[in-house]
Amino acid sequence: MASCSRSHVISLYRMLMKESKKFPSYNFRTYALRRVKHGFRENQHVDNPRTLDMLLGQARESLALIKRQVRCPPPPLPAQPFCDAEDGVHWKQ
Amino acid sequence: MFGKTVIRSIWGSRSAAACYRRKYTESAVSAAHRQKEIIKSRYIEKDELRPLYMDFQATTPMDPRVLDAMLPYQVNYYGNPHSRTHAYGWESERAMEKARKQVADLIGADPREIVFTSGATESNNMSLKGVARFYRSKKKHIITTQIEHKCVLDSCRILEAEGFNITYLPVQSNGLIDLKQLEETIQPDTSLVSVMTVNNEIGVKQPVKEIGEICRSRSVFFHTDAAQAVGKIPINVTDWKIDLMSISGHKIYGPKGVGALYVRRRPRVRLEPIQSGGGQERGLRSGTVPTPLAVGLGAACEIAQQEMQYDHSRVSMLAKRLLQKIMSELPDVVVNGDPDQRYPGCINLSFAYVEGESLLMALKDVALSSGSACTSASLEPSYVLRAIGTDEDLAHSSIRFGIGRFTTEEEVDYTAEKCIRQVKRLREMSPLWEMVQEGIDLKSIKWTQH
Repeated sequence: MASCSRSHVISLYRMLMKESKKFPSYNFRTYALRRVKHGFRENQHVDNPRTLDMLLGQARESLALIKRQVRCPPPPLPAQPFCDAEDGVHWKQ
Repeated sequence: MFGKTVIRSIWGSRSAAACYRRKYTESAVSAAHRQKEIIKSRYIEKDELRPLYMDFQATTPMDPRVLDAMLPYQVNYYGNPHSRTHAYGWESERAMEKARKQVADLIGADPREIVFTSGATESNNMSLKGVARFYRSKKKHIITTQIEHKCVLDSCRILEAEGFNITYLPVQSNGLIDLKQLEETIQPDTSLVSVMTVNNEIGVKQPVKEIGEICRSRSVFFHTDAAQAVGKIPINVTDWKIDLMSISGHKIYGPKGVGALYVRRRPRVRLEPIQSGGGQERGLRSGTVPTPLAVGLGAACEIAQQEMQYDHSRVSMLAKRLLQKIMSELPDVVVNGDPDQRYPGCINLSFAYVEGESLLMALKDVALSSGSACTSASLEPSYVLRAIGTDEDLAHSSIRFGIGRFTTEEEVDYTAEKCIRQVKRLREMSPLWEMVQEGIDLKSIKWTQH
């Protein structure tokens, strides 16, 4: 299947490593890089397409997770009022 | 607020150059006058590097995957899981039940047997006081050990004041309890035996399976405080015949402020609840279950189950590396606790002829502890070390190294080298060390007062 091709797997690996390098914390950064490498190396000989699909799905989810987390803690937002500025009574929709 | 305090810690290749050196107060070990220096708390300045974290038994950082699972429930899905009338409540309850299943799967239990609490301290209190008080009319004896966590020992003290009879089993010099002694101590009116699975200070792993067999055969309830063991070693409550088990969230890379209590349903364990209220959590622990924290605990348990093998082999490798480095360069270092029956990530070393507090101050840029966090305020040596029979001077000079999921080889190497250097330096200054080098046996000295 196209999604299981070698180049696709390698590009997923590269993206994961690239995002993992963005963790501000030393411990999380090193853990993410190490774990991703281990995860890919461990499963390099998997043949069964269903397992491969599942593993690649997990890898994609991890990529999305890392992308969300490297921005944590989030930059401070400007103070947002709970209600509309004009009348100071109605909730902001 | 966060932007300013996210400080990069760049240990590794830049460690030697970038380290912030402070003037150490020189201290020599003297048996006659023990000058205890209290380590003053000091906040990390703006551009200062943070210390290495090697204290994983005190608490653990939250895994990013756990935070990711918790955030939606902190921000958007904020309903009360006990609200039965709207979608906010339903989705929150669904998340809570999913978390319950994740916790149950880790320990081999049924989800209905898990009660969410505010931590292992509350779980320990609930199980000890709850079981004791429920069976008060017929059974008045409780057995525990001398190396339990403070909350267990304190609960037993309260129960003693209420009229119960408590036996504190001594431990052998390797930290394990004697099974024969346990069997002999069980009386017909014993209601509960409480032994922790993995000790937080010396890391010894008790023979929980055998204790479970003994307790089941004598029909005594078996409670274990598994806060340090859950997620790190494989646990099955059915195989080990455990009736009650305490779980702590922040020891398994989960959030602080949540824990769980496993209460067996077959055969049923009855508890008198401590916290009364609306009857949540089977009436055993009333109060709104904090959904984000419960979700975090569940996610932490699921991750721990998946990563257990990888983490265990890695932690063992790092622990062996640390021990080998230190023991090969330094003589007169004692490992407290059994060398085989232990969790490798908790290493408690006693450095002879060196004072523990001064070594901790010398290792300023590594976050370590001597003894557990709950006893670090006092200057007494840890009661656990006293229970395993360490000499007074060795007990004062013990340091606990904690290795966890996020520790790197560079951190371990740096810690080992720094430790070796500082111990050598402190020993040079020590008159006791001089005497030992000359061949004098310290135990034969008669110290005089003046």
